[in-house]
Amino acid sequence: MTANNDLAVEMKNITKRFPGVLANDKVDFELKKGEIHALLGENGAGKTTLMNCLYGFLEADEGEIFINGKKVNVTDPNVAIDHGIGMVHQHFMLVPPFTVTENIVLGMEPTKNNMIDYKAARKEVEKISKKYGLHVDPDAKVADITVGMQQRVEILKALYRGADILILDEPTAVLTPQEVEELVKIMESLTDEGKSIIFITHKLKEVKSIADRVTVIRSGKWIDTIDTNSATTNELANMMVGREVILEVNKEKAKPGEVVLEVEDLYAKDNRGIMALNGASFTVKRGEILGIAGVDGNGQTELTEVLSGLRKKESGTIRFKGREIKSPQTKRLFEEGISHVPEDRQKRGLVMDFTLAENLILGRHDRKPYAKGLNLNNKKIKEEARRLIKEFDVRTPSENVEAKSLSGGNQQKLIIAREFDREPDLLIASQPTRGIDVGAIEYIHNKLIEQRDNNKAILLLSLELDEILALSDRVAVIYEGEIVDILDVEEATEEKLGLMMAGAESEEVEGGDEVGR
Amino acid sequence: MKLVDKDISEQRAQYFKSMNYMDYLVPIMSVLAGLIVGAIFMLIIGADPIEAYKVLWNSSFGSMRGFGEMVVNAIPLIFTGLAVAFGFRIGLFNIGGDGQFLVSYIAAAYIGYIIQLPMYIHLPFALLAGILAAGIWGGFAGYLKATLGVHEVITTIMMNYIALYLVGYLANGPLKADGPLPATPKIYETARLPRFVPTMRIHYGIFLALGAAVLIYWLLFKTTFGYEIRATGQNADAAEFGGINVARNMMLAMFISGALAGLAGTSQALGMEYRAYQPFGFIGYGFTGIAVALVGKSHPLGVVLAALLFGVLNRGAMMMQSMVGVPKEVVEIIQAIIIIFVASEYIFKYLYRKWQERKGGLVNAD
Repeated sequence: MTANNDLAVEMKNITKRFPGVLANDKVDFELKKGEIHALLGENGAGKTTLMNCLYGFLEADEGEIFINGKKVNVTDPNVAIDHGIGMVHQHFMLVPPFTVTENIVLGMEPTKNNMIDYKAARKEVEKISKKYGLHVDPDAKVADITVGMQQRVEILKALYRGADILILDEPTAVLTPQEVEELVKIMESLTDEGKSIIFITHKLKEVKSIADRVTVIRSGKWIDTIDTNSATTNELANMMVGREVILEVNKEKAKPGEVVLEVEDLYAKDNRGIMALNGASFTVKRGEILGIAGVDGNGQTELTEVLSGLRKKESGTIRFKGREIKSPQTKRLFEEGISHVPEDRQKRGLVMDFTLAENLILGRHDRKPYAKGLNLNNKKIKEEARRLIKEFDVRTPSENVEAKSLSGGNQQKLIIAREFDREPDLLIASQPTRGIDVGAIEYIHNKLIEQRDNNKAILLLSLELDEILALSDRVAVIYEGEIVDILDVEEATEEKLGLMMAGAESEEVEGGDEVGR
Repeated sequence: MKLVDKDISEQRAQYFKSMNYMDYLVPIMSVLAGLIVGAIFMLIIGADPIEAYKVLWNSSFGSMRGFGEMVVNAIPLIFTGLAVAFGFRIGLFNIGGDGQFLVSYIAAAYIGYIIQLPMYIHLPFALLAGILAAGIWGGFAGYLKATLGVHEVITTIMMNYIALYLVGYLANGPLKADGPLPATPKIYETARLPRFVPTMRIHYGIFLALGAAVLIYWLLFKTTFGYEIRATGQNADAAEFGGINVARNMMLAMFISGALAGLAGTSQALGMEYRAYQPFGFIGYGFTGIAVALVGKSHPLGVVLAALLFGVLNRGAMMMQSMVGVPKEVVEIIQAIIIIFVASEYIFKYLYRKWQERKGGLVNAD
């Protein structure tokens, strides 16, 4: 076989084995010069393994790698960097107290008289940032800039090191819709300048809108490489999961009952002491899902924290099942019948070093049947854990393994199992499907609908507009800590919501009828 | 070979499980490493390590008296080790063991000599006084942490010095016995922890120590309170989210931790010295307790074993010096090496992971 010169990267027959697991099974991958190529697959499908082989974090057991037509033995990341490959990881590797410039040049600092030449470094950073349209403030501290900005710094870091081939690992997972749009523009200007981009993802919509071509990997095997234009989102989903996937959530019209939660004129401060909730008001009824749409950082976190007793409110009233809750306390709210799926499953949701069984009783560990006087009832705890693991399809060898050994999707299912099993009257779900695979998303969506149909009230907060639109019966838009408007889902178009999420008054948005306020 | 979900989850679980084995392996390997390094030092100074280790072994296990003295050495370390370990479990670092030791030392002695009661009331009463004094001493640091966010390392260190001078003042001032001794009067027989044999110092405090270890084990792993303690220590954010009262538990945990360290002082007063002397500095049981908790991996059983190990080493140090001319500093080197190795567990885990990866071990796939 001869190498093709139009290809920036060519990987042939890559096989990578871990004991008992074939992470990559004779995978072929090719990246044309100047294209954006999506690598699509579910969590654990082997896409990161493949890219780690290319970047030198792992060495393939079999197969060949060609970079710009030349066979290369990528033994470690330095070899990859020497051949013009740069990788931007999902979790950024930046030094927060350092400035943008310092972070970019770190390890390759220009020097003058053995001292770091900050001026020259700054100039170089400005030059690259202008060339590719990656606007950053070179003197800002990384700790003070937004996540989207930090990602640009990571990309600039790779470019500064002379990368022509960029690997972006799930780059949109941490971004707001607006930031995603900006990232797409940056990626386009990079390819205009002759760079080639590999873009790892499991989000189908992004594949269609961003990439030129896509390679689908499933269970470690190469499935297909196609032009993104030649397949529909549904077809891509089927290729990725290996079976028919229903992207639309099937649900009947809601039959809302009495009001369960009533929030009126709620004010609360964020961690910096700045008012984050500015008089938010809304209601949630039994048997309906109220979706809260909004750009990240508009008070969603503070709202859920107040409603779960983790943050003090400044003023306003919260009525739950007709009774006012003056000072919400976590434990009491649980007992009253509020469950909560937190937005950050590893920070708030789980104790990673606890077993699944231990995690499943968090919050009701001191109540029957889990507690017997002072003692834990370990037999019952394990029994119940086995039941929940089965019922909620958590993939694990047993209830005695630690939560950290589960994949993201299974960790999320574990939390869902715990919170749903409380039989709450109100379920608050914050970002319930963030960063998990399609199979798990589908499962969790169906569970939410099932709860709704069981006459529970559900408050859904999500940064994914698609998710809000697919699940909600009514959609509330939050902007700067205020509920701008609440629409029935039939009237809520993506466009209308988008404008309101950016702060437009409902009257300005044509046809934006006020409902439910 | 077929790649299915089940396989991956089992692989991952297996991997994390094998990392857990390191928890047992690291302390054992560290002790071996300490002994080997100690032997190298002995060779350098021209002593025979095999002979020296024979003496070390025989000093504790060669005779009943030796064994008893070793246990006497280990009793306070079991208590202070448990104190530090319990603090670690909720994520607090109790460096105040020495101060808690002293306040409980004098409180127990005070009750021991100030009143006369039948033994079955007097001894428990004296013990309780020691437990309460040290519990409050530690609990106060917990209170400051929970209400004002003052770091417990700072407060417990500062309270060590307050205790040192307070107890010094009391023992050589208001509570001083008549006579030249800077100490309280002798306590009554009825407040003393009995000895097994009149001619040996080993006393019933060992039952208290082992009982405390069992109690702490039960508390940590079998009760809902222990569940809350461990959840808070592993992830305070998640614990708070689960409705656990983190502030209250921190105060309670520091009370218990203080009381445990205090029991070392109480047993010193009631089982060994039968009075409280004016302290001229810290004995260092609180600090050694940190080492014991580290080597014992903050597990009650591990703490007991580690305390016994330190008891053997301390006892053997004297004998090695007098019988084979190995300076007792060599034992200090051995202890230091063990602590360094245990504390750098991360290095072991790192090397183990590298080794697993090299032979094709599991790497996190997503």
